Parts: sequence; structure tokens; C-alpha cells
Amino acid sequence: MQIELSEEQQMIQALAREFAEKEVKPVAALLDAEARFPHETVKRMGELGLMGIAVPEAYGGSGADTVAYVLALEEIAKACASHAVIMSVNNSLYCDPVLKYGTDEQRKKFLAPFASGQQIGCFALTEPQAGSDATNQHTLAVRDGDGYVLNGRKVFVTNGREAAVALVFAQTDPAKAHRGISAFLIERGTPGFLVPKVEDKLGIRASDTAEFVFEECRVRAANRLGEEGMGFKIAMGTLDGGRIGIAAQALGIAAGAFDLSVAYAKERKSFGVPIAQHQMVQWMLADMATAIEAARLLIWRAAALKDAGRPFGPEASMAKLFASEMAMKATTDAIQVHGGYGYIKEYQVERYFRDAKITQIYEGTSQIQKLIIARHVLGAR
Amino acid sequence: MKILVPVKQVPDTATQVKIGADPKGIDTAGITWIVSPYDEYALEEALRIKEKQGQGEVVAVTVGPERAKEALRSCLAMGADRALHLSDPAWENADSLTVARALAAVIKQEAPPLVLFGRQAIDDDMGAMPAQVADLLGWPCASWIMEETISEDGKSVRAGRQVEGALEIFTIPLPCVLSAQKGLNEPRYPTLKGIMGAKKKEIKDVKAADLGLAADGAQLLVVALEALPPRPPGRIIPGEPAEAVKELVRSLREDAKAI
Repeated sequence: MQIELSEEQQMIQALAREFAEKEVKPVAALLDAEARFPHETVKRMGELGLMGIAVPEAYGGSGADTVAYVLALEEIAKACASHAVIMSVNNSLYCDPVLKYGTDEQRKKFLAPFASGQQIGCFALTEPQAGSDATNQHTLAVRDGDGYVLNGRKVFVTNGREAAVALVFAQTDPAKAHRGISAFLIERGTPGFLVPKVEDKLGIRASDTAEFVFEECRVRAANRLGEEGMGFKIAMGTLDGGRIGIAAQALGIAAGAFDLSVAYAKERKSFGVPIAQHQMVQWMLADMATAIEAARLLIWRAAALKDAGRPFGPEASMAKLFASEMAMKATTDAIQVHGGYGYIKEYQVERYFRDAKITQIYEGTSQIQKLIIARHVLGAR
Repeated sequence: MKILVPVKQVPDTATQVKIGADPKGIDTAGITWIVSPYDEYALEEALRIKEKQGQGEVVAVTVGPERAKEALRSCLAMGADRALHLSDPAWENADSLTVARALAAVIKQEAPPLVLFGRQAIDDDMGAMPAQVADLLGWPCASWIMEETISEDGKSVRAGRQVEGALEIFTIPLPCVLSAQKGLNEPRYPTLKGIMGAKKKEIKDVKAADLGLAADGAQLLVVALEALPPRPPGRIIPGEPAEAVKELVRSLREDAKAI
């Protein structure tokens, strides 16, 4: 067995590390405080090719792979979890399904500008009554001539306010329940597509989380992604890939908090020595380092399976479950290493703690991941 | 216009340098290698000249062991068109004159009108290469340039080089050698497409015999590297200020002989 990154993967990792260190880290705290979307740095990430990493060059992407994607995402998340989720949603939840299920015409129009980062996309599945219970879709898309008319609400849409196109899931045949769900690519500005609200959040504050309302919103049939009734399958398959991304985001958050903790532990003195010499502190740092490495290996395996075209759903769930729980624990301990200063915004480690929490929730809560993993190990799928 | 950019692979700036088991060199275990930062300014400037002219070729070249290919790959990812890797037992532990002869020979073969160096490599900080190569070629050389403009007819370059508190402006006929100072430009990041495409670009291996060079002995030999002596701890003079100052002055005069 060999765990060796390719030369390209190492170069992409190095690029992302340098970009994150020089361009993202210096602005992260202020963007968080002001809950401001980082238009400028996201545009530059697009120019570098970070917004469509695994999309082939022919469709505006970088032509790299999922492993390169998680390497880059970890580096960006080390500096700022908000940038990471903006990047992850565009790559995994938007570009990935459009590439996989789009017609050639759809790929030209709805993929190339997004994979090259000129525009960003989003994914609208969750509804007020349909979070973990994603099959319970109330948004309706009624066939009408050569198109559909949509009515309903979507909530917690990451990139929702900034996205030029939303991948929206709606019931086209309620009688068939989740087998009657279809997916649509809906452009911002389409009459009847409203964005009434942007949420004020605990963490990932520089990313926008919006609510969508559809009121008699007319969409052409050419904007439907995949066949009628394929929506739920598209959503679930897409989320499998997305989970690898969120796992990498969680890993980056933990690794960023860990780096801050190590630096602080070497500098801060108590009882006449740097606190890094106290076994209680060493214990926490050792646990953090070990859990971070374990998460990284789970993530790399899930990404490598996806790149090899092999089934990766349960592995992605394990990576996401482990990495997000680990990130919450690691960022909690990172504050503990910092003591009282960790609770103060100036030391930044509290931002990592706030950012970590969402990774246990979005793209499938930890409880949903356990459900998926249990079904897999029990052979009930 | 063809522009040749010689680069050197050096330890990352954050490296804690340790002297190796053989005290003539450093311990290279665990070192992250990078393209020397001044060379990145040179490469960036070459790419900008090519982009401005809408045509041309940027060729990266290095003298170094097998791992130096990584540095060339970085240059290709940034946008260089092809690369030359001068690697030969004859150049192992070469002194600067030997490296300069190798570079001058490959420059004669490639015949570019412009050679852009970084002002120095950040490992040994010799800074000898641009002038040595220019001298061997009989070409003019301007070092530590902060700006440049190629003339419309492509026959000369107007270069501003950093001097104390001012820019010294030269008009230099081509072919010539320039070396880049920090501030000449802001080097670009390689794009992911650039990284993915770098493998498709050529890195040509060049041996001493390909350049008609025989192994000649180094003029300069490293005898040994010595670590800097550790800094002695500071001394705090206790007591009342008036007394303490007297002791401080005495110590500066008699112990440190600083005043």
C-alpha cells in the first residue's frame, strides 16, 4: 500500500496553501465580524481554477481530481471556513451534478461559467419541513406546455444570494413521493424566483445562507436536469460527493485551530515554562494531531474511491461524520489550550470553534451519516 | 522574443538550516524545495514581456540534481513554455564559475536576445551568476532592475536599476543579461490548469557533453560550513538606576569595549 500524492496534487496543495496564507487568512476575521461575502477573493479563486477543480477543461474546469479538490479545500478552510464552503458548494453541489447529469447544451450554458469561477452556483434542496427528511418536498413543479411552473420555499441555501443559477429540487409528481422529485437549473432574475431573506448565523458568517421563494415561477423544460423523477437520486448522489468536501472543510477548520494552538502553547508561559511543556496541554495537542490525521486519511480514501469511479457513499459518510465530530472536539480543545484568551475574538480560535459546528449539520447531520453507515454495514441498502 | 530564465532550486525560506554530516554541505533531510524567490520575479517579468508582445517563448533553465526538475515544473506551471535541465556529474558541487560556464554555453545554443536572472539565489546569496554569465558571453548586464521596457524595434531595453535612494536608468542593446530585484513585479500564482498542463510541456535533459564542455575543476572549494556561535544571554544590571548606569558604562567600556 502506498499513500503518495502525485506531483500535480502536491503542487495544487502548495498553491492553495500559499493563496490561503497570503490572501485569505488576512481578511478572514474582518469578513466574519462583518458577515461580508468575500467577492474579491472568491473571484481570484475562480481565476486560479479552484471553483471547478475536478471539472474537465473542456467545460471550463481545471481537469484535476477529487483528491486535489480535498487537498485544496483543506488549505482554504485552514484560513477561512466561509471561503471553503463557498468553494465546496460550487464544486461539489453545483458543478458536479451539472457535469454528471447535464446535457451537452446544459454543460455549456450552466457549467462552463461556473467551473471557471466567473459565476457561482448553489443547491436548493432543504425546505422548512424537509431537512434530514429530504423526501418530504413541498415545492411543486407543475408541467405547463413546454415548461414547468414552480411554487414553494427553500431554506438554508449556501451561496443563495450570490448564485447566478440555483439547482432546485421540486415535486413534479407528488403521488410518487420521492420518486416524483425532479431537478431544475433556475437562473436568478427568473420572474417569480425571490430571495427574501439572508440568515444571520453562528459561524461561516462570510458565506451567505439564503431563503428562496418560488411564486408562479416559470421554468423551461430545457432547464430540467436529468429526467423527470430523477431529482432525488441526483440530490443524494450529489450529497455523497459534497460530504467529502464538507469533511475536508471540517479537517481544515481543525487543522487551522491546531496550528494556532501549537504556536500559542510554545509561546504562552505558566509556572515558569511554556505551557507546551505541561503534560495536560501535550495530551490535548497529541489527541488533536492524531484525530486530524485519522480524518485526513478517511477523506483521502473517499476521494480516491470517487476518482477511481468506485462506490464511495458510505466512505464519504464516515469521513464526514468523523471529520466534523473531530473538528468540533478539536476546536473546543483549541480554545481550552488558549484558556481565557481563546474566548476572546482577537485570538481567532473562537471563530474556528463557531465555524466547526455547522459541519456536523449541513449536507447530512451526523445522525444521518450514522444512519447511512448503519444501513451499509447491516446490508439493508 | 525568446527569453531565457535561469532558476535555482533552494530550501524554502522557512527552513531551519542545519549543517550536514559532511560539514561542506547542509542537511537536506525534510527540506521543502522552492524556486528561489528572486527567480520568480525574473520569470514573471519574462511572462509579462511575452504577453505584452503577444508572441515569444519563455524558457526556464536550471543546473541541479534530479529534484531540481520540480523547480522547472513550477516554472512550467506558472507559464514557461519549456525547460532545460542541466544535470551531469560534472556539475555536482560545482562552483559559480562552472555553473556560469554551463549556463553561458546553453545560452549560446539557445541564442535568446534576453536572459533574465533573479538578483541572487537565497541559499548561498552569492549573486555572482548574472555578471559572470554576461562576462562569459561578452554581453552587457544590468543588475537589480526594478523596471524594464523593451524598445519597439526589439533592439534594446530600457532598464531601471536600484541604487541608493534612486533609480539608475540604462538603455542597453540586446542581447543582454538583466537580474530582477524584488519590486519588479508581483509574481502570479500558477493556475490549476497551468499545474495540470505542466507535465505536457518539455523538460529537456542537457549533459555537459551536449554543450561541448569538459569537466574542469572548480576554482572555488567549500572547505567547511560552521554554525553561527549561539548568542550569549543578555545581562541585567540590578540596583538603583544611578548606580546601574555607572556599571553599564563601565561594562560597555571595559568588557564589551563598545565605547
